[in-house]
Amino acid sequence: MGNGTKDSDFIKNLPKIYALYTGAFLGVVIVLAILEQLGFPDRYIGYTFMVLTVSVYAGIGILSRTVEVNQYYVAGRQVPPVFNGMATGADWMSGASFVGMAGSLYVLGFDGLAFVLGWTGGYVLVAVLLAPYLRKFGAYTVPDFLGERYDGNAVRLIGIVVLFSCSFTYVTAQIYATGIITSRFTDIPFEYAVYFGLIGILVCSMLGGMRGVTWTQVAQYIILIVAYLLPVVILSTRITGVPIPQLTYGTILERITDLEMQLGIEQLYVQPFTNYTPTNFFALIFCLMLGTASLPHILMRFFTTPSVKAARASVGWSLFFIFLLYFTAPAYAAFARYEILSEVVGKSISALPSWVDTWGGNVGLIKINDANGDGILQFAELMINRDVIVLATPEIAGLPYVIAGLTAAGGFAAALSTADGLLLAIANAFSHDVYYKMINPKANPRLRLIIARTILIFVALFAAALASTRPTDILSMVAWAFSLAASGLFAPLVLGVWWKRANKTGAVLGMLSGFIICLYYLIGTRWGFGNGPIGTWFGISNISAGVFGIPVSFVVMIVASLATPPPPQRIQDMIDNVRIPRGGTIIEDKAE
Amino acid sequence: MQEQPTKEVREEHWKKTKSLMIVALVIWFIFSFLIHGFALAFSEITIPILGFKLGYYMAGQGSLIVFVILIFWFSAKQNAIDEEFGVSE
Repeated sequence: MGNGTKDSDFIKNLPKIYALYTGAFLGVVIVLAILEQLGFPDRYIGYTFMVLTVSVYAGIGILSRTVEVNQYYVAGRQVPPVFNGMATGADWMSGASFVGMAGSLYVLGFDGLAFVLGWTGGYVLVAVLLAPYLRKFGAYTVPDFLGERYDGNAVRLIGIVVLFSCSFTYVTAQIYATGIITSRFTDIPFEYAVYFGLIGILVCSMLGGMRGVTWTQVAQYIILIVAYLLPVVILSTRITGVPIPQLTYGTILERITDLEMQLGIEQLYVQPFTNYTPTNFFALIFCLMLGTASLPHILMRFFTTPSVKAARASVGWSLFFIFLLYFTAPAYAAFARYEILSEVVGKSISALPSWVDTWGGNVGLIKINDANGDGILQFAELMINRDVIVLATPEIAGLPYVIAGLTAAGGFAAALSTADGLLLAIANAFSHDVYYKMINPKANPRLRLIIARTILIFVALFAAALASTRPTDILSMVAWAFSLAASGLFAPLVLGVWWKRANKTGAVLGMLSGFIICLYYLIGTRWGFGNGPIGTWFGISNISAGVFGIPVSFVVMIVASLATPPPPQRIQDMIDNVRIPRGGTIIEDKAE
Repeated sequence: MQEQPTKEVREEHWKKTKSLMIVALVIWFIFSFLIHGFALAFSEITIPILGFKLGYYMAGQGSLIVFVILIFWFSAKQNAIDEEFGVSE
């Protein structure tokens, strides 16, 4: 490896490099803010953010280009834990988390916290049950681990099917989100804007693979967290005088309850279990947590750390960086709800703040329907799209346009980074597991990388073409990813490490039964099988289908494993070695 | 090539690892599910000064802080176990 010393210099200088980058980014925001005051038009501020950030991502992508298989698939296994944590944070937080999470909380109140809990607690499972062992194993992809542990291509193939079904709808939704944001801030029509976003995604992932995606995701995390925190910090300072929204929104919640009582709103915002039954609240948390611990594009991030110990620490850092956004989202929602209850509801419809008009009217994200015709806005007469909460907060807070541009750049970074990770997970499963492991094991490294990149482009183009048709069904299927991943992958991954007796037959039957039950319930309760949707089981909502799939996969896998002979000694020895950090990876990283 | 641990060492190491796993998952279960089962009762309690209802606070922030600390605590404990049995990297 000719650039070994250059690489280790780079790793050593990472803190300095990203500190400079963060400084430069804040500098750009300040310069744009000054330019805005001097009369620089809003539209150019939007363009500047878009072009500048995408150029940075592209630059990192080009600098990280690689011809080494090990670099392409696992970034050379040298990503320090803190930086892997930031990259995982960006990988994890999608365009929808960034733009839609606070809005969901605004609508659902306490019950929306199921998402906040579900999307954080899963990392405990990742740290305790999976990440260190998967890192020790040394696979390039999640199906790769399954294929080696369960001795053969049957399990590998089912793993790929589950991976594809949970990741593909997800990546389509991310590309869709980049298209929406690009078209809203640049006037490029949506159908073309989708492909603009695609270029942003491809330059990062195609040349450098995991290595390019890692360093881009770190850069994207920094932009998205600054963009998320800044508006709500300013809002908190304006309303309460304290710039820590995560602490001050407690008093705001109290004021919300008082306002709701005055306005005669019966469903109190802070009251638990008003939208979801307790059963559905906990079922959702359960599925989101186990889904988190099964999503291949997240698990593969922990293949990139330099050691087993670093993989463990890295999960902690990942959750810390994710926590920064997720513990702010309820504050975002509370401030928005307070503004709306105190400044909008109960006012004369002709005298509402200007942002209501900006996001209503033609944009159609806010709808006002004066049902009783008294000219005064009641709470029930105001319909707000969930996405508005984050996108409109800068205006609600009366902030300059540069902050709105920053929010757009943040949402764009969130969508791009998640798309990068997902695309790589899908394409790597095809190039490494299907092509290299199943079709042509003799392929040389150069050919393997050519295949990997070709498949990546095809998957990306296919997803973008699908996204450009605005497929409403696909977009609503994104939430399914967690239940599908957990039902198909959680049991074989966990038992693969923690139960030596788990064998191939058990894995095949367990994965298939869990996955099929889950898919049956998802499709059945949404569309049905010819005769309209089937009824729910025990009143469990569609999004929590994993509640049925996960136990089924465990029970079937355990029973089938016990009914058939134990795995061969070779596999049992392998598991012994996975369980201790000492020694090299189980699958040798060949020096290619 | 590093020295390979004996069978006894491996078994003892795995036994301790398993105990730690169970402790970590019990804490995880309490803060993911159990305490939110009391959400209605906790909604009657207000945290002084900050103004949060305890039920809302635990689901929106308290449990999350526990999760972050839990992972770092777990990592330190597991590293200590690996050191103790001489199977660290």
